[in-house]
Amino acid sequence: MAQAAEERTPSPGPPGFREYYARYAPFLVPIFAVFTALVVGALMIGLTGGDWLAAYIGLWEGSFGTPIAIANTLVRATPFIICGLAVALAFKAGLFNIGAEGQLYAGAVCVVVVGTMLQLPPVLHIPVGIIAGALGGAAWAAIAGYLKARTGAHEVINTIMLNYIAIRLTEWLIKSKTPYILGDPADASGSRTRFIAESMHLPGIRVTETAILHLGILIAVLLVFVVDWFLRRTTTGFELRTVGANPRAARYAGMSVPTSIVLAMALAGGLAGIAGATEVMGARYALSADFFSGLGFDAIAVALLARANPIGILFSGLLWGGLLTGARLMQVRAGLSIDVIKIVQALIIMFVAADQIVRFIYRIPQRRAGEEAMISKGWGGG
Amino acid sequence: MTQNGHERPVVLEARGITKRFPGVVANDKVSLTLHKGDVLALLGENGAGKSTLMNILYGLYHQDEGEIFVNGEPIRARSPHDSIQRGIGMVHQHFQLVPVMTVAENVVLGNEITRGGLWLDRQQAAERIQTISRQYGLPVDPHALVADLDVGAQQRVEIIKALYRNADILILDEPTAVLTPQEADELVGVMRTLTSQGKSLIFITHKLREVLEVADRIVVLRAGRVVGETTPAEASEASLAAMMVGRSVLLQVEKTEARPGLPVLDVRGLQVRDDRQLVAVRDLELEVRAGEILGIAGVQGNGQTELVQALTGLRPPEAGSIRIVGRDVTTATPRQISELGVAHIPEDRQRDGMVTSYPLTDNAVLELYYLEPFAQGLVRNDTAIRRHAEQLVAAFDVRTPAVTVPASSLSGGNQQKLIVAREFTRELKLLIAAQPTRGIDVGSIEFIHNQIVKKRDEGVAVLLVSAELDEILSLADRIAVMYHGQIVATVKNGELSREQLGLLMAGASLQDTSASSATLAHP
Ligand SMILES: Nc1ncnc2c1ncn2[C@@H]1O[C@H](COP(=O)(O)OP(=O)(O)OP(=O)(O)O)[C@@H](O)[C@H]1O
Ligand SMILES: [Mg+2]
Repeated sequence: MAQAAEERTPSPGPPGFREYYARYAPFLVPIFAVFTALVVGALMIGLTGGDWLAAYIGLWEGSFGTPIAIANTLVRATPFIICGLAVALAFKAGLFNIGAEGQLYAGAVCVVVVGTMLQLPPVLHIPVGIIAGALGGAAWAAIAGYLKARTGAHEVINTIMLNYIAIRLTEWLIKSKTPYILGDPADASGSRTRFIAESMHLPGIRVTETAILHLGILIAVLLVFVVDWFLRRTTTGFELRTVGANPRAARYAGMSVPTSIVLAMALAGGLAGIAGATEVMGARYALSADFFSGLGFDAIAVALLARANPIGILFSGLLWGGLLTGARLMQVRAGLSIDVIKIVQALIIMFVAADQIVRFIYRIPQRRAGEEAMISKGWGGG
Repeated sequence: MTQNGHERPVVLEARGITKRFPGVVANDKVSLTLHKGDVLALLGENGAGKSTLMNILYGLYHQDEGEIFVNGEPIRARSPHDSIQRGIGMVHQHFQLVPVMTVAENVVLGNEITRGGLWLDRQQAAERIQTISRQYGLPVDPHALVADLDVGAQQRVEIIKALYRNADILILDEPTAVLTPQEADELVGVMRTLTSQGKSLIFITHKLREVLEVADRIVVLRAGRVVGETTPAEASEASLAAMMVGRSVLLQVEKTEARPGLPVLDVRGLQVRDDRQLVAVRDLELEVRAGEILGIAGVQGNGQTELVQALTGLRPPEAGSIRIVGRDVTTATPRQISELGVAHIPEDRQRDGMVTSYPLTDNAVLELYYLEPFAQGLVRNDTAIRRHAEQLVAAFDVRTPAVTVPASSLSGGNQQKLIVAREFTRELKLLIAAQPTRGIDVGSIEFIHNQIVKKRDEGVAVLLVSAELDEILSLADRIAVMYHGQIVATVKNGELSREQLGLLMAGASLQDTSASSATLAHP
């Protein structure tokens, strides 16, 4: 009997492919989502009579295919990466920051103020500009955090409202003519601010007539690692994460939930403000009322695609920048409308958000209790 | 209870079930059979693999090896949906209800009766719930919000939920852990009704008395294997404990007379309101001295939760004062109180006591994370945190493959042990322990009880809140009975009998219990 039982025991060999797949595939969900979106996108291009292969080759060449394309992608990706961090950091503290757009404007306005009013040498003017952007964004976002902490008003509502206010306020600051506040009397259309002083331009390498690969990408990469380090390795980061994961346990552990909420929003806003600063100081040197045109909302997608992981945002931000930069060549090569790129982007978001579909297609096991529920948080269950 | 002679048909059989998690074999070739109309009790230490096995039968996890038969037919459940179709229902160790929904909505969730295929038919659902409720003696109000129900009622909702889906086989994973003794007795009655109507039950518990009372057969697991099978007729509490733990367990705590010192906790005229703004604690007086264990006895829901929250700074009192080691902490924050040397084992481990998505390391320093050596300035010291977690795990025998796994992967009892370990290993003056051994196996209860006594002997003041009168009787030096938010009597342990305490807890006055020697709380 005993011997028979012995014989039936399988040898404890190394785990097979299936087990490795079951264990690690959950981390690949975003990659599968992008892949699936591209496949569905190809089907759509095909169905509308386009040449999907030419389109995708164009997309690749236009985004990562040549040094110039890569430079353009990096420039484009910079604000997505930084703003993605702004959304992710708030997310880790359990806050859904829809307000990156408004925070970008708040930061950018402050940048323009110090850029047009102060005369400083570049070594000072550049850091002053970035700090001004950070403070502007932080102050703006802190309002939403304070309202949530004090009154319980939901941050999604607060930040959306603050977006409108920020955008309209910027518009007024630019368009006001009696007197001119930020607007440029020399600009006939009256749609932009005065240019910031040259001493505040971010240094960079000129790649084409119109594009400069500026310092912003380095700032973005630096911030990725700073935010990652902050969240994982500092006590304050631990407090924010705990408040986000289980506010009752955070209170029990002696942490101040209201303080953490205000702090998380302020830090998130500060990041968005820095993105505003690098855009103004690196790319166009002046601000207009449609300057960011939805960047703060795309940042939500960038953060979700990376499951709010800072290092992941480096890649999702680059992907996002690449998709936008490559779109032009894709359009030319396959004779498509630019909207197709938008559709592919929308598909990516959809497959990331509806990760159940992706899990089903690729037979990825359900997330276990321990895995963080990123997009939707369950009720009650810790 | 077993009708010897003729065997009842087998409704559920598991053969050679093996389940591995990274670093652990949770079930190792486990086989068991459940007969129609039987109660099969599953016993085992924390982490023995009971919940895992049940989750496999229920289709939530998939076994790596082995087969499951329902009514003789092999099944391979891919999801709980399949198991429900086969008539298997489960009430989980940690409830799965949506608090913001009503009882009826929770019950029908995922199994909605609809009108015209679209609209939820609330009326019909409520009627069916009431029918089930009457048939099995499970009183609930279908229209009540789950958030407003006490744990006992929530449990009834969970059982109704399974019965609503026509479950014939019902798995109850530690249903009595969160119940008061009275509620547990009622549940035993419900289980009898269920089996008399042909339902078959698998029942997990750490309370051996219940096993002997209600089980037809008993299976004992240890480290993922079946180590024994018996019946209540052949077993005793002591023999079951020995079977589970593999050594004999002292079911009684050994301790010497307490030598109380100066008062550490001093509460006067305390009034606290609950979440619904009702007065939960009124005009409460309490004193705990260094080196003594004061046990608060009382039926759950008499203000114990709010009292503990007020003492630990989690709920601001409305009136009165709280002094700890001579300092007024009536309006202090949880951190200020904690820094005075107050440790708190919360009654709801997953809600308050831990972050289940965090690894054991982070949970081990949940309160001390900002202090040396776990942080230098603002930077965390991962090495020190890890070493601390490893010490806790070793000292309190928390069964885990590593301290880096998320706390959610621990068994329920091991999560509790981690919290107890964390709270015990701090600089202590006052230990506030609410249901410290909830969900813990007999062997570990013995250990934790001894640790509490040891802390007392080191001069720590201990406030023990427990729904288990047995636990109070075996640990406390003095007993304070709490009823309707007040301490109605404070007596030395031993002055009143179990029955007299029970009467006080039910609202009788001290005179009624004819215990002249007892001292009144408010002389
Ligand atoms: N999701 C999971 N991931 C990894 N390991 C797990 C998981 N669930 C359980 N385990 C491990 O499997 C073992 C058995 O756990 P299980 O929950 O079945 O114990 P249990 O007998 O129910 O204990 P308790 O009495 O404490 O509830 C434990 O060592 C636990 O760490
Ligand atoms: Mg269990």
